[in-house]
Amino acid sequence: MIKKITFAAVGLALATTAVFAESPHDGAIAARKAHMQLYGHNLGILGGMAKGAIEYDADAASAAATNLATLTKMSQGSYWPQGSEAGAVEGSRALGALWQNFPDVGAKSGEMAAAAAAMETAAGGGLDALRGAIGGVGGACGACHKAYRQPK
Amino acid sequence: MRRLLTALVILGAVGAAIFWVVTKPKITDITALAGIVPDLEQGGAVFIAGGCASCHAAPDAKDEARLELTGGRGFPSDFGTFFAPNISPHPSAGIGDWSALDLVNAMRHGTSPKGEHYFPAFPYTTYQNTTLADIVSLHAYLQTLPATDVASKPHDVGFPFNIRRSLGGWKLLFLRPGWVIQEAATPELERGRYLVEALGHCGECHTPRNLLGAVQSSRWMAGAPNPSGKGTIPNITPAKLDWSEQDLLYYFSSGFTPDFDTAGGHMTDVIENLSQMSEADLKAITAYIKALPAAE
Repeated sequence: MIKKITFAAVGLALATTAVFAESPHDGAIAARKAHMQLYGHNLGILGGMAKGAIEYDADAASAAATNLATLTKMSQGSYWPQGSEAGAVEGSRALGALWQNFPDVGAKSGEMAAAAAAMETAAGGGLDALRGAIGGVGGACGACHKAYRQPK
Repeated sequence: MRRLLTALVILGAVGAAIFWVVTKPKITDITALAGIVPDLEQGGAVFIAGGCASCHAAPDAKDEARLELTGGRGFPSDFGTFFAPNISPHPSAGIGDWSALDLVNAMRHGTSPKGEHYFPAFPYTTYQNTTLADIVSLHAYLQTLPATDVASKPHDVGFPFNIRRSLGGWKLLFLRPGWVIQEAATPELERGRYLVEALGHCGECHTPRNLLGAVQSSRWMAGAPNPSGKGTIPNITPAKLDWSEQDLLYYFSSGFTPDFDTAGGHMTDVIENLSQMSEADLKAITAYIKALPAAE
């Protein structure tokens, strides 16, 4: 009898976990996190040079900046389905406000694209040019994170 | 019986008188400002380092608009919601009619020109350590900013916390002059301490508070729940923060964390200020943070 109850409890626990783990939005959430990670990786190269942690290399900087600019041109529409905000699903820090302010989200991603394009032009032109452009990129990332990402 | 009653009444009256005296808002004597000449450039630097615009600019104001100190941003707390007032130089809606001494009393004692206590949502518990020269310069700088006539929003604070006089008791308990970190071995650490503990008021968010809303200096910078209710403000003592000096400096000037994520929440406003500060000042803040006692 006790065994049965234990089995049932374990089964129930597993089922509950499964309900949390499998949301229809898991794929989209993984995709947008991967997109952010690609931003982060390429920014890591540019920022590492700006910061003085890695030596400036015009080709590597240009390549990273081109990747960054390309990423801003990709459509992210399918990454952000309705109902995938923090609180509604596991593992999301996107605030519900994002879905209520599409014009502003669009404007902010436009600013990100402009900052990345400026970086693409600047990155190969020397360390000072790269440093001059990175503030704009940081500002654009931060503007969206400030408005639409739940603090940790 | 009658005698006992009389004694009680007298005792009560004495108690009330003592309460009235000890909770009286304090002010600085005008003679303390004699000979201090305001310096606009210094005032502008204090404005940035003190983060005035982060609270007093209209919510979501950007760039130039951050110099319009319209107020209106709400600060939720366990005691109600406080709203930052208009501190633009408008003579009636703002603080255009304030003297430098009025600003000194506000920042160092939490006392308004009318002689009332301010709520400590205005961080005078840390601004009290600001030098008189910095405040006089800040006063002159604030007068140069655009005036806006937007009326300040009243705080949404319920009984009994809305009794201003009782804040005198709160101040008696928690408004302690002096530094949290007693030792500052080098001029750089001293400058860092001034920037963090007096002007930057970093501890207001990064340090947990007690039941009466006072910062717990024994857990200095050990992190705290986010007052907005979502998430936590991180521990920035060496117990938890393992960023290098270079990482911190770069974060302050660019907003990028070591793994190239960006600052979030209110910290984005803080970065906006930090990124305008001199490299020497950022280095001083970094040195101070790296030297903090570890608090789990």
